[in-house]
Amino acid sequence: MSLLHLAIISPFLLAILVPILYKLFRNVHTGWFVLPLPILLFSYFISFVSMTSNGQTFSKSAPWIPVLDIDFIAKVDGLGLLFALLITGIGSLVVLYSVFYLAKDKEQLNTFYVYLLLFMGAMLGVVLSDNLIVLYTFWEFTSFSSFLLIGYWYHKERSRYGAQKSMLITVFGGLSMLGGIILLYIMTGTFNISEIIGQASAISSHDLFIPAMLCFLLGAFTKSAQFPFHIWLPDAMEAPTPVSAYLHSATMVKAGIYLVARMSPVFAEEALWLWLVAGFGILTLFWGSFNAVKQTDLKAILAFSTVSQLGMIMSLLGIGAAALHFDGVDRSYFGVATIAAVFHLINHATFKGSLFMVAGIVDHETGTRDIRKLGGLMNFMPITFTIALIGTFSMAGLPPFNGFLSKEMFFTGMIRVLELDIFSLETWGLLFPVIAWTASVFTFLYSMVLLFKTFTGKHQPEKLEKKPHEAPMGMLISPIVLASLVVVFGFFPNILSNSIIAPTVSSIMPGNTADVHISFWHGFKPELFMTLGVIAFGVVLFKTLPKWNGVYRIFPENLSLNSLYDQLLLGIEKLSSKLTRTFMNGSIRTYLVYIFTFFIVILATTLAVKNAFKFDTSNISSIGFYEVLLAIAVVIASISILFAKSRMTSIILLGAVGYTVSLFFVLFRAPDLALTQLVIETISVALFLLCFYHLPKNSKNEERMGFKLTNALVSIGVGAIVTLIALSAHSNKVFDSIAQYYVENTYTEAAGKNMVNVILVDFRGFDTLFEITVLSIASLGIFTMIKLRMGGGKKNENK
Amino acid sequence: MRTNDILLQTATKVILFIIILFSFFIFFKGHYTPGGGFVGGLLTSGAIVLLLLAFDMKTVRKSLPVNYMFMTATGLLFALGTSAGAIFFDVPFLTHAFGHVNIPILGELSLHTATLFDLGVYLVVVGVTITIIQTIGEDE
Repeated sequence: MSLLHLAIISPFLLAILVPILYKLFRNVHTGWFVLPLPILLFSYFISFVSMTSNGQTFSKSAPWIPVLDIDFIAKVDGLGLLFALLITGIGSLVVLYSVFYLAKDKEQLNTFYVYLLLFMGAMLGVVLSDNLIVLYTFWEFTSFSSFLLIGYWYHKERSRYGAQKSMLITVFGGLSMLGGIILLYIMTGTFNISEIIGQASAISSHDLFIPAMLCFLLGAFTKSAQFPFHIWLPDAMEAPTPVSAYLHSATMVKAGIYLVARMSPVFAEEALWLWLVAGFGILTLFWGSFNAVKQTDLKAILAFSTVSQLGMIMSLLGIGAAALHFDGVDRSYFGVATIAAVFHLINHATFKGSLFMVAGIVDHETGTRDIRKLGGLMNFMPITFTIALIGTFSMAGLPPFNGFLSKEMFFTGMIRVLELDIFSLETWGLLFPVIAWTASVFTFLYSMVLLFKTFTGKHQPEKLEKKPHEAPMGMLISPIVLASLVVVFGFFPNILSNSIIAPTVSSIMPGNTADVHISFWHGFKPELFMTLGVIAFGVVLFKTLPKWNGVYRIFPENLSLNSLYDQLLLGIEKLSSKLTRTFMNGSIRTYLVYIFTFFIVILATTLAVKNAFKFDTSNISSIGFYEVLLAIAVVIASISILFAKSRMTSIILLGAVGYTVSLFFVLFRAPDLALTQLVIETISVALFLLCFYHLPKNSKNEERMGFKLTNALVSIGVGAIVTLIALSAHSNKVFDSIAQYYVENTYTEAAGKNMVNVILVDFRGFDTLFEITVLSIASLGIFTMIKLRMGGGKKNENK
Repeated sequence: MRTNDILLQTATKVILFIIILFSFFIFFKGHYTPGGGFVGGLLTSGAIVLLLLAFDMKTVRKSLPVNYMFMTATGLLFALGTSAGAIFFDVPFLTHAFGHVNIPILGELSLHTATLFDLGVYLVVVGVTITIIQTIGEDE
């Protein structure tokens, strides 16, 4: 454990304290207790910047499961640090914003902040672990916390739907990533990312290389909402807005991008990698921006916009991989795409974060997010309008904001694809700049829709639930900070270039030490004309929007990916319930027949296959008079049960069998067993009596059950098998008995004289621990089944 | 299940305490002679079952207002806590410790962390059995 490990797990530790703080200080907003942590972590991570900008890395290892080669290696390098800063920086702003967004007397703040902290810790773990299994563990943690946060307002049906959808899709991807991790382990024999990167060239011709890559990409694409898995992200917007700003635009959805960037040194030399990452990225970019235009909900526009921007970063990472095939000057010439990816990642977090907060403010102060109802808010919310203006203009790629710079670099990267002559890019490569440009037109378009439909035009007070007014100052601080960053990064991009961007790029492309310099003015290059074209076409399309938006109705609703998902889910549910119904008919008798038949088949087969049956009469003691007597008693009692007329008689006879067995234990000098068996019999008879008390009396015509051949066969079979096993168990002496070990060590090791008890609590304490846990769960199960079976009406009546 | 057997009720009032005391005895001496948390817990449950048979559910609930599920949880915590406590002394999970202490009047005693673990078992057993019996018994 080191300070770095502590930093990663500190959010989890605080999450334990949050409910207590919430209970103790009800009149203080819980967010205030949470806020110091991300700020502290942010300043801690900032202190690493000077180290990583010198090209150094910092790593600390703590053993976790050493036998399985799994150590918790925390490693700070350029890429990890960039993400850690985003997580803690945006995290601080989001927590501050949420303090004003969530009312302390209306919302369950304790659960909210617990989930949020879980997420923060998990996300830090993802980006700072150098061990793939640790990374995977934290990765799934982010999925879970995202699920909980989307379903935060769980009383809303759409929230539950969105939560389930995101969970199914991202966990599906996570599991496939686990598959990829295992495949990599088979190839390299290590889970350590740095070591895997070291072996990258050796494994690239391995048969499992491509499957492993596909598994990883599936994990990354589902997490980062790439087409066709993007459908979960718009539904995730049911989460409270601070969560959308944090998880679903700035951090968690970028985990997929992180994974692609992190694994680039391993996979990126493969042609398929470039095509898949760049191809799916650019497709997502187009599809997201195209669909964003038709949305009417502010957050839905932002969701599709996030999908599209993630696609853009993804495609840049894909194109950037081409640079690995060149050396020297050419490498940095084509590597501009990777620089653009990293730069845009930062920019996107700033402008999209501020826009989400703006959407939250609009929702909070007007009661709606529907742009058909909004309009003319500029006069009521001048500050919010200014923030939104900066955010949307940056998103649309207009100068002088940071979005303009990264958009220009994006175009540069895409144009340079034309000059590549590898992987048949010389023919198909033309598609990249074309699609990129088209998507940018739509990006411009939805940015304008977002801004002007909300803040200009006619004010419609009759459609709003509340009278709009400017948000409180506290709520404005966070978006103002982000918007100022948008402007600062726009004017002075080079404060980032060598401190943050260059180390990140060198983690993605090891050995790249080229200086990063971002310049505002490139001269009259194609990129500039592309931007001008985007603006010109965008304005035309915006003006004529009502005339052509019929295009969106061409795609029938029931052929969309969403309905495919719904149908699939419904189909699986139907199929499984149908399958279950065929053998689960609700009768305990049937289940017992299944269980016992299985029992017979499995054990008889094992006995036969292993040739284990053995009957050995040597070394047995003589049978005494009392044993014979007890055996006769057991047999008589058992047979009488079959002929008993009333339930009461059967129960008592069953008890008699049990007591006789305990007498056997007395004869065999096992006082512990005898004692336990006696008490158990007593209590189970009492329990049986209680249960049977509720059953209807045996009616006359049901006095005796008819003879059933199946049941008879099954019961005889079980009896026979148990007898055979008992005989064989006695006759086969495969191992020496370990009894002697206990005899010798009970007093010396555990200071006890009763071997049975020492075994229970000490030598085999784990068994006991699990047994009592199982018992407790069983009793809770019985309690819930009986008390709550009729629905919520009668619950808690025994309070 | 309403019974009104005076003999049983009167006898139960006396026997109950004897059984419970005996169960404590069995519990404590378990490390050296037959007994232990499991049997001790079962014996206590047996005593409570006797009470249930002699009187009815409601009376017992009134005279013994114990939340048995809480008892189960406490027991689990005891067992888990004594097991996990070992970690803080840098020994593997579930390592027990013992020591011999001299106490006036009682003389030399050996104290075990295993007893605390066993106490957990005891509580879980009582909690579980009575929860089940009460739940089924109260069900209309």
